[in-house]
Amino acid sequence: MSGALKLSLTRRYRFAASHRLYSPAFSEEENKRLYGKCGNPYGHGHNYVIEVTVTGPLDADTGMVANLCELDPFVEREVIEPFDQRYLNEEVGEFQATVPTTENVCKEIYRRLKSFPRARVERIRILETSNNSFEFSDEAEMREAAP
Amino acid sequence: MIRVTRKLEFSAAHFYHNPKFSAEENRRVFGKCNNPHGHGHNYILEVTVAGEPDPETGMVLDLKELKDILQREVAERMDHRHLNHEVPELKGKIPTCENIAAVIWELLESKITKGKLDRVRVYESADLFADCTTEPNGAHGRSRA
Repeated sequence: MSGALKLSLTRRYRFAASHRLYSPAFSEEENKRLYGKCGNPYGHGHNYVIEVTVTGPLDADTGMVANLCELDPFVEREVIEPFDQRYLNEEVGEFQATVPTTENVCKEIYRRLKSFPRARVERIRILETSNNSFEFSDEAEMREAAP
Repeated sequence: MIRVTRKLEFSAAHFYHNPKFSAEENRRVFGKCNNPHGHGHNYILEVTVAGEPDPETGMVLDLKELKDILQREVAERMDHRHLNHEVPELKGKIPTCENIAAVIWELLESKITKGKLDRVRVYESADLFADCTTEPNGAHGRSRA
């Protein structure tokens, strides 16, 4: 016997940004070994594609989990505007303290979006290139929040 | 467990309008999707069935059978139709991709007799899709009609 139906909505957004993988906690030699060409001191860039998945009950008046008229401007304000055409290491505060690997970018985007008031942000997936994708889901957070 | 996914593309028209709202509210809530003449999409449906392969055939289910079910239940109902006017299962519902996914789930669930319906994904465009699945523990989901 299956449980209640669960609906989620996934929306794709794009931004282009540069980053450099380098940690001052490591020696130059270790940085080179760990990050290879991603550690080039001038940085390099990607056309990032992000997938934002939200879930929750359907709004009876709109038939929607989330209205794109609300989700799009929220993501635009919280993520696209501050990240697009930027150097993440220098221009996004969070990455002055943490290395802007796409794993960390996923977590930072989740942190910025989790307060979306209309639905629960369940998953952030980033395609850094067409060959690499990274995913952060709120499962761990949900377990911590559970009584 | 193995998950098997079959894809179906269908093209349909729709628009968003709630008769409870004023014209002004409809425009504010639904934006340009409120255009009463409707607009269309090439929808892509992905249906995933989960189960163990049959030891005799090595298959969870015969994909040809699934293809025929999708053709009968979905393509014949929705392909080249206006979802607001021509699909009885969507009558009284706003044909968002969430509602389309939920309606397709209801249409398919009992028709899949080998394996179990696991996920219905409806792409409205490459940048937007809805998933209908079941809550693992029956928590906070849409209650079954």
